[in-house]
Amino acid sequence: MTALGLFNYWAVIFLMMVGFYTLIARGNLVKKIIGLNIFQTSVFILYITMGKITGGTAPIFVEGGEDVIYSNPIPHVLILTAIVVGVATSAVGLSLVIRIKEAFGTIEEDEIQDESL
Amino acid sequence: MTDHLPVLLVVVPLVAAPIAALLNHPRLSWAVAVAATLWTLYAGLELLSQTMASGVIHYELGGWAAPYGIEYVVDPLNAWVVVIVTLIGALIAPYARVSVEREITEDRIPLFYAAFILCLTGLLGIAVTGDVFNVFVFLEISSLSAYALIALGSDRRALTASFQYLIMGSVGATFIVIGIGLMYVMTGTLNMADLADRLPEVASSRTIPVAFTFLTVGITLKLALFPLHLWLPNAYTYAPSAVTAFIASTATKVAVYLLLRFFFTIFGATFSFDVMQLDRILMPLALIAIVAMSLVAIYQENVKRLLAYSSVAQIGYMVLGISFASVLGLTAGILHLFNHALMKGALFMSMGCVMYRVGSVRLERMNGLGRAMPWTMAAFVVGGLSLIGVPLTVGFVSKWYLVQAALEQGMWPVAGVVLLGSLLALMYVWKVVEVAYFREADPELGISEAPLSLLAPTWLLVLGNLYFGINASDSVGVATRAAEMLLGVLS
Repeated sequence: MTALGLFNYWAVIFLMMVGFYTLIARGNLVKKIIGLNIFQTSVFILYITMGKITGGTAPIFVEGGEDVIYSNPIPHVLILTAIVVGVATSAVGLSLVIRIKEAFGTIEEDEIQDESL
Repeated sequence: MTDHLPVLLVVVPLVAAPIAALLNHPRLSWAVAVAATLWTLYAGLELLSQTMASGVIHYELGGWAAPYGIEYVVDPLNAWVVVIVTLIGALIAPYARVSVEREITEDRIPLFYAAFILCLTGLLGIAVTGDVFNVFVFLEISSLSAYALIALGSDRRALTASFQYLIMGSVGATFIVIGIGLMYVMTGTLNMADLADRLPEVASSRTIPVAFTFLTVGITLKLALFPLHLWLPNAYTYAPSAVTAFIASTATKVAVYLLLRFFFTIFGATFSFDVMQLDRILMPLALIAIVAMSLVAIYQENVKRLLAYSSVAQIGYMVLGISFASVLGLTAGILHLFNHALMKGALFMSMGCVMYRVGSVRLERMNGLGRAMPWTMAAFVVGGLSLIGVPLTVGFVSKWYLVQAALEQGMWPVAGVVLLGSLLALMYVWKVVEVAYFREADPELGISEAPLSLLAPTWLLVLGNLYFGINASDSVGVATRAAEMLLGVLS
C-alpha cells in the first residue's frame, strides 16, 4: 500500500533517471536537450506532488467552509516559474544546436570532436 | 531613495537590459551598459558602507512581510560580493567597447550588451536575495545570459563550449531546485532566516541530508570545484575576451558565496561540518584541484586556457579556506574571493589587449610581446606575481591567511600544498613571461601597444592588486567581519 501511495515519487525517480541517462549517454545534441527536459520535468512533478495534502481540495476559498482542507498552492506557483526557466533553457540550447549544425555540419558529439582537432 | 537601494540595485540593470536591446545601436547600447554598471557600483558601495556602519539591512519586496513575501537581506558578506561583482562590471563595460568591436559582428553588439547587463542583474540578484527560490531564478537569469555571451565568441568552438556549459549548468541548477524543494517540504518555508530557524528540528530526518547533498553537488558544479569543472576551461578559452574577464572574476565567486550562504547561514556550521562532515569531501577535492589543475595549466599552449585551469586551482584555495570552518579559514576564503577577482580580471583583460592587437593568445604568437606591448605585458606580469602570491600583491595576503588557518589547526601538509601551488603557479606564469620577454619578436608584424580604452581599466585593476596587497586592512576587515558573522562568533 505504501509503495503504491508513493507512486508519484517512483514516477519522479524513473523519469529523473531516464532524463539523466539520456543526457549523459547520448551523443546527439538534440537528444541531450530532450534528456535535460525529461530530467527537469521530473522535478516539476516532484514539486507538484509535494503540494498535495491528503483530503485537500483545490486551493480556492470556499464560502463558509472553515474546516475545509486546501492543497498547498505554493509549489505549483514555484514550478510555474521553473517551467518558464526550463522553456528558456531549451530555447537557448536548441538555438545553440542550430548554430553548431551551421558551423560544424553535424550535431553528433564525436563527429564535432573530430572536427575540432 | 536610499531605503530602496537593495531592490534598485537589481531592478535598474534589469530594466536597462531590454533598453540596450531595443536601442539596437552599438554605441548607445554601450552607453546604457556603462550607465547601468556605474549605478550598480554606486549602489553596491553604498550598501557595503551602510551595512558595515549599522548592521544587516532587510528589505521587503512590495511591502510583503517575510517569511511570506520575498525579502532582500544585505549583510557584510553579500555586500562584499556585490561590490566585487559591480566593481568588475563597471571596469569591463568601458573596456568592452573596443574589445567587442573587434571580436563580435556589429549587428550582434547591442544584444551582447543586453546579455551582459542581464548577466550582471542575475549575479547581483543571487547576492542580495534572502529567499532560496529567488536564488534559483536569478541563477538561471545569469546562467542563460552567460551561455549566450560565451556563444558570441569568434571561434566556432565557442558554440560547443557554450552548449557543454548549458548542459552541465542546467543539471547543477536543477540539483539546486531539488534541494530547495526537499527543504521546503520539510519546513514549509523558503526564507533563508526562517529556514535556518526551522531546519534543526527536522535535521535528523533523511530528507534534509538528501537536500544537503543535492545542494552541495549543484553548487559545486556551478563554482567549478574539481572534478565538476569540465565546463570551465573551454568556456573561458573561446568566449570573447571581455566576457571571459567578466565571468572568470564574478560568476564563480557568486557560486562560492552561495556555498557559504547555504552551508553556514541556512544549514549552520554544526550541521554542515560536524554532522555531515562536509570538510572531509571539500578539503581533499580542494587540494587535488590546487595541485592537479596547476599542473595541467603548465602544459597549456593557449594562455586563456592556461589561466582557465589556473582559475580552477584558485577556486581550490577558496574552497580550502571554507573547509577549515574556522574564522581564519573563512576569512582567507572570503578574502580570496575579492583578491582572485582582482588578479584574474587583470590577467584576462591583458589577454584581451593581446587578442585585440595580435588576434590570438596562443604562446607561439606572443614572441617578444614584452617589447611590442610593454604596458599590456607589464599588467600580465603584475597579475601573474599576484597569482603566485609574491609579497606586496593581493595574492600574498590571501595565501598568508590560508597558511595561517592551516597551521592553526596543525595541518602542516595542507600548508605545504598551498605553497606547492604557488611554486606551480610560478612555473606557468614564467612560461608566458619567457615567451614575451626573452624571445625575439618578428619585426615584420609591426605590433603596437593596445589602445588606452583597453589599458586604462586593465591598469586600474592592476593597481587594485597592488593597493590591496599593501594596504589590506580594509579588505581583511570586511572579510573577518563576514567570517565571524557566518560562524556566529561575535567579537
